[in-house]
Amino acid sequence: MKFLFDIGDYVVLMYQAFKKPDKGRVFMRQLLMDFRSYGTDSIGIVAIISVFTGAIIAIQTAYNMDNPLLSMKLVGFSTRQMMILEFSPTIISLILAGKVGSSIASEIGTMRVTEQIDALKVMGINPANYLILPKITAAMIYNPILIIFSIFLGLSGGYAACHFTGLVPTPAYVEGLRSWFEPFTINYALIKTVVFAFIIASVSGYKGYTVKGGSVEVGRASTKAVVISSILIIFFDLILTQMLLT
Amino acid sequence: MVLKDITTTFEKGKTNLIIGQSGSGKTVLMKCCIGLLEIDQGDIIFDGLNFSGLSEKRKRITRQEMGMLFQGGALFDSFTVEDNVMFPLNMFTKMSREEKLEKVNTTLKHVNLVNANKKYPSEISGGMTKRVAIARAIALNPKYLFCDEPNSGLDPKTAERIDALISRLTEQFEMTTAINTHDMNSVLQIGQKISYIHEGELWWEGDKDEIMHTDNKELNEFVFATELTRRAK
Repeated sequence: MKFLFDIGDYVVLMYQAFKKPDKGRVFMRQLLMDFRSYGTDSIGIVAIISVFTGAIIAIQTAYNMDNPLLSMKLVGFSTRQMMILEFSPTIISLILAGKVGSSIASEIGTMRVTEQIDALKVMGINPANYLILPKITAAMIYNPILIIFSIFLGLSGGYAACHFTGLVPTPAYVEGLRSWFEPFTINYALIKTVVFAFIIASVSGYKGYTVKGGSVEVGRASTKAVVISSILIIFFDLILTQMLLT
Repeated sequence: MVLKDITTTFEKGKTNLIIGQSGSGKTVLMKCCIGLLEIDQGDIIFDGLNFSGLSEKRKRITRQEMGMLFQGGALFDSFTVEDNVMFPLNMFTKMSREEKLEKVNTTLKHVNLVNANKKYPSEISGGMTKRVAIARAIALNPKYLFCDEPNSGLDPKTAERIDALISRLTEQFEMTTAINTHDMNSVLQIGQKISYIHEGELWWEGDKDEIMHTDNKELNEFVFATELTRRAK
């Protein structure tokens, strides 16, 4: 039953959040700050994970291709497909759910328990709109950029692995990257990323906004935000894959 | 039900105190007045306008005429003192940056706070936090000022200064000020109209002179609970 109440509260909160901002300039300032907090500050972790994962995929694929009849360019092909179809949009989103989601929930949750949200409300400001809308917008704009960046770095990591280990000739890897390419897979990755970004920012915003209690509850809300966002990401990954690729 | 059958008026240009023991419903009453909590029945009227019957949008517009000092200050901790006071100006005025800065400095002077513009809330004392919160609350020259336990967590001297400041600002800006407190020093110092809440009900109303001579049993127990106030009587 509580689950249904939560869904109802979430919908009402999103209705409040998706109203016209009170002041455009203030919204833009918030948006730019959120670009930095949730976008730019995530570049490092996205870069490290993507490079290493691309390299690992390439090495694993090369080691497991023990049939001499298989072309080495399959290493490049499979690295590209795995990075574009699943790793970058889904796994990076799961990582961002942990990093960005917990940050949003704890930031808004702390504002709730220290009455800063009440202060906004008393001033005549729509707190949901002021606090949550810029975060959702920032995530939906910046996450696709991060995912494109992740794909590029993942493929570069695969190239570096082939080059330094000598397992696969780099021309074969590059040829594999360029083989059987379906441009729609990029759209598919971006659509998934935008949906996942909305889930991360809105669910985390909701969990933070509805905190009751003190610092312990803020921590719990932060954890719940990550767990629920992660489950929803996987769930919507399944639905979107079924809808877009079949 | 936390509050029962409360009918009272906050008088214009006066410091209206709501007193009562912890848990008596003072904060709930104040939150109801500003619409942070919904009332089950009754009306909350501001200058003839039935606030409780307004849509959320109209409530937001009406709230722009209100200022509130929260118990913990509720300053935006990622903003400097200057940005905190400037915040309502950014949201609701079309002033230039220079005009806003001038207004911020004037307002901070009103609360006797200078050279703290660039400090963050975590870098200032409890008394300063309250003063910044008051400055933010009065930045838009509100008609109504609500203060939830403005003295909590402050030493007696600072508490007295905050009381005097609120009283002075109320007169200066002709605001209707409502203060929640259980500090008897505040009652005796600035209580122009006092409402005593007991277990969610309005038990007594009067001024600071009348409160010293009341024969109301519960109020007497509250007012003269300490040795100091008994001696003062």
